[in-house]
Amino acid sequence: MSSSLTLVQRKPGYSKPLRSLTYAFLTAVALAWMVPILGAFYSSLRPYAETQRKGIFSMPDSLSFKNYGDAFKQGGMGGWHGTFANTAFIVFPSIALILLFSSFMAFAVSRFTWRFNITLLLIFTAGNLLPAQVIFKPLFSFYEHVPWPNFLSDTNTGHLLGTKIAVIIIHVAFQTGFCTFVLSNYMKTIPKELNEAALVDGASVPRQFFQIILPLCRPALAALATLEFTWLYNDFFWAVVLLNQGSERPITSSIANLGGQYFSNDNLIAAGSMIIAMPTLAVYLMLQKQFISGLTLGASKG
Amino acid sequence: MSTDITSPDITAAAPPHRGRRRRYSQLSRSDKVWLSLMVGIPSAIHIAFVWLPAIGTIMLSFTKWDGIHLGTWTGVGFKNYWTIFTVFDDKFFPALFNNLILLVFLAACSLVGVLLAYLLDKGVRGSAIYQSIYYLPVVLSLAVVGFIWKSVMYSQSQGLFNVGRTTPIDFLGNSQKLFEFHVPFLSFPLGLTKNFAALLLAMAWRHIGYVMVLYLAGLKSVDPSLREAASIDGCNEWQTFRRVVFPVMKPINVVVLVITVIEALRAFDIIVALKEPIGTTVLGVLVKNNLTGEGGGQVGIGSAYGVILLLLCLGFIIWYLINNYREQEL
Repeated sequence: MSSSLTLVQRKPGYSKPLRSLTYAFLTAVALAWMVPILGAFYSSLRPYAETQRKGIFSMPDSLSFKNYGDAFKQGGMGGWHGTFANTAFIVFPSIALILLFSSFMAFAVSRFTWRFNITLLLIFTAGNLLPAQVIFKPLFSFYEHVPWPNFLSDTNTGHLLGTKIAVIIIHVAFQTGFCTFVLSNYMKTIPKELNEAALVDGASVPRQFFQIILPLCRPALAALATLEFTWLYNDFFWAVVLLNQGSERPITSSIANLGGQYFSNDNLIAAGSMIIAMPTLAVYLMLQKQFISGLTLGASKG
Repeated sequence: MSTDITSPDITAAAPPHRGRRRRYSQLSRSDKVWLSLMVGIPSAIHIAFVWLPAIGTIMLSFTKWDGIHLGTWTGVGFKNYWTIFTVFDDKFFPALFNNLILLVFLAACSLVGVLLAYLLDKGVRGSAIYQSIYYLPVVLSLAVVGFIWKSVMYSQSQGLFNVGRTTPIDFLGNSQKLFEFHVPFLSFPLGLTKNFAALLLAMAWRHIGYVMVLYLAGLKSVDPSLREAASIDGCNEWQTFRRVVFPVMKPINVVVLVITVIEALRAFDIIVALKEPIGTTVLGVLVKNNLTGEGGGQVGIGSAYGVILLLLCLGFIIWYLINNYREQEL
């Protein structure tokens, strides 16, 4: 946005020594930042016995992807009932519902004036900031007492607890708060006249929503989808407390599957970590622009 | 709630002083049904699954309950809170102190993030690459972050921080205190344990990048003519930032502060992922452990911990909302 205005010199320049100092500092930080990830990657390529003997930061005797295959198998990641599939069955329906509901809500809040619209928006924004621990026990009891047919779940306990549906519901309830907040800010920037013109032309509310406002929100929706993907994919709390005993565990719990009680093969877990990190890293590297605008849409208003 | 929306209020003109035009047509019946569904469904889900459980926790904090059989709870007044502050003070206060340490530490990290954003914003060559690298840890699961630090950095046999040591240090297992001090009403000293300090580093790795990205985006949207005007008026760089850029960035500053505080209070994942080493407990972990212990746990106590956590968060949430919505119509 500001690049079109930058014919005039934008910011005061540096003196020369200061400039090289800045580069040195930024590069040093960047290198330090990469060490843990690169170290984990490096160790994932090597056998356990070797790094135990020589440490991770040593020359390799052998490099292979063997740990990756083992981690994938032992972590139970593959297949229709594997942790990857479980995560996909949780994350994608959640994102679809979150975006649908929050754009509904944002539309009603930002394009119409009614008595409690700001109050509701406040409730949604505040709800998103609550600590998950605070709502967990009543929800847990509720799920425990809601019957759920076994043929719809892998856990076969006869109630909602331990099913993917339970996790989807809480993700939708929680994240709709954040997305409504972001989308309503975004929709406020769309001129009101557009609605009025549509109204004069006799367009109904669903038509205004689906054919006028929603298409204009595409950038914001893309940004939120990217952001929510990484958040829900990385979710740890709900996966731990709601899916703890079930066979519907998501990918983030695969690390726990890999570590034994008395002995853990760190190189195997490193490979597992790399596999787990891959989808979010790929999304981040490919959709960096959307990702960052998703974060900042929420931060800066309109 | 859905009844409010079908009332004629929805088409009423905005208050006259705002000078908005009166709507020319009433909404049709089906439009009203649509709108009430659009508001009703998300609101019902959000309130039923977020706010009602939160209220439930508040109520449970005043009861004694086995956590299993519905309806068997009995009211005990403030007894759970009293227990926390007296009997369990050796659990509660160290955890609270860890949250406090985390808050101060993350605040310092936020400043580093702001510094990085400021330097990148000055038109450094390759700033996109730097930015990607700094931000990378944020997209990783905290379970992964926890493992990577444990194995690559702190491991006794192979970790980077133990390279070249003849007697390796058990960074994550050492709950000795780096410093400690006595508080008048407690029989034990409070302090920062060595393993919590080690965890702080891992959290900084993630937090700094997060703040950096937020702040960088904010800096990019600052009108460049403001800076120019300041430099023409003879401001040096620090003065320009302190007196011109920083005040203009107020919305972002508020967000960064709120994120820092809420993250510090909500901290949970990385500690649980590392199997909760002794000395690294925070409030969020106490809540979970009391609620999920053997045989249903101590629901009353756990809920009371939860309410304390909620109250700490709520103050900042309200402050944020006031800041954010003040200039909008209420």
